[in-house]
Amino acid sequence: MKKITVLDLLQLDLRDRDALDLKCIAGRSGLVRELKVPEINRPGLELSGFYDNFAFQRIQIFGRGEMAYLEKLAGEGKTETLEKLFSCEIPCCVFTHSQAPTEDFRRIAERTGCTVLQTDLPSSEFTTRILRVLSNIFAPKQSVHGVFVEVFGVGVLIMGDSGVGKSETALALIERNHRLVADDLVEIRRVGGNILIGTGTGVSSHHMEIRGLGIINITHLFGVGAIRDKKQIQMAVRLEDWDPDKNYDRIGAEENFMEILGVQVPYIVIPVKPGRNIPVIIETAAMNERLKKMGYYSAKEFSKNVMRWLETESAKAIFLSET
Amino acid sequence: MVEKTVTIKNRAGIHARPAALLVQTANRFSSSIFLEKDGEKINGKSIMGILTLAATYNSPIKIIADGSDEEDALQTICRLFETRFEEE
Repeated sequence: MKKITVLDLLQLDLRDRDALDLKCIAGRSGLVRELKVPEINRPGLELSGFYDNFAFQRIQIFGRGEMAYLEKLAGEGKTETLEKLFSCEIPCCVFTHSQAPTEDFRRIAERTGCTVLQTDLPSSEFTTRILRVLSNIFAPKQSVHGVFVEVFGVGVLIMGDSGVGKSETALALIERNHRLVADDLVEIRRVGGNILIGTGTGVSSHHMEIRGLGIINITHLFGVGAIRDKKQIQMAVRLEDWDPDKNYDRIGAEENFMEILGVQVPYIVIPVKPGRNIPVIIETAAMNERLKKMGYYSAKEFSKNVMRWLETESAKAIFLSET
Repeated sequence: MVEKTVTIKNRAGIHARPAALLVQTANRFSSSIFLEKDGEKINGKSIMGILTLAATYNSPIKIIADGSDEEDALQTICRLFETRFEEE
């Protein structure tokens, strides 16, 4: 995994409820320090001199309580605890409520090369947000070659060999008012334990390569309604050339899954051949998936009905043969 | 054209799973394959058709194969019926 530095934290492009409103107020030389764990610490105990089990590798958050204590220390002219604090390799300090650190604190931070950040958010809100952001950054990741679209609200990851028609299928789906999340390279992150979130990779997302046309910009051609930045992966589809010797699922009473980052995702294989309208099949599969989630499993219900019918027919036959 | 009458030996009759197995097998042959029960004749390569036959335990089914590989097709399908569709 790529190293994540304090500078990366400042440069994250976050919106609304994830915005951290961080600015650097001292110790710029420490911006290169690495964040090693997705955790935070309130250094109350350490400031009072207790350093056992100090989680120094975490981001240190100074709220109103810590601030008041720092001011008390400054009033007494004590700097030993601060020297001790900064002698540990802490990644950075964050002051909430727009509080400014004491002069001693700032001086020692500058000298030891530790960044001091400030946010106008209250401590508890900042804590919630930074934990969310950090868990996203540190989430297990995987890149998959394929197209990721949202079909009737279901996140469908379309995979298949090069040239099988993934992009063309996605294009037809966009044309039918569905949305493109990513083309060609889909970055998957596992967040919150078992949720897979798929996104595009920076500059290339929302662009598509169509053989014969070249690179096209989906946002400009179809409007913002045709795109999405991220989406949960709820279904995986593999397109493959029709193999006459292979048996494709005719009933669908058995569910297949594909494992992505340890999460089981419903998985179907769709054979491609002329005359098969793949976008419509994927649309139907997405709707069927929603129906399953709602508790109605078409194939199983059908199979059950056939069984029941056969049983009555069989009973009827036995009854007739006996009389 | 060749034909043969078999009886269904698996207790549950031809439900979804055996029907799927039947069409998969039938589709391997180029011959046309038909199943006939109580005078009703359906295409052996269509799963919905097979299920609507209501082929229950002990009912007789006439299998008809017509085409270049008809002998082979008839034999393979009859074997499916005899082996109870790999059930029980």
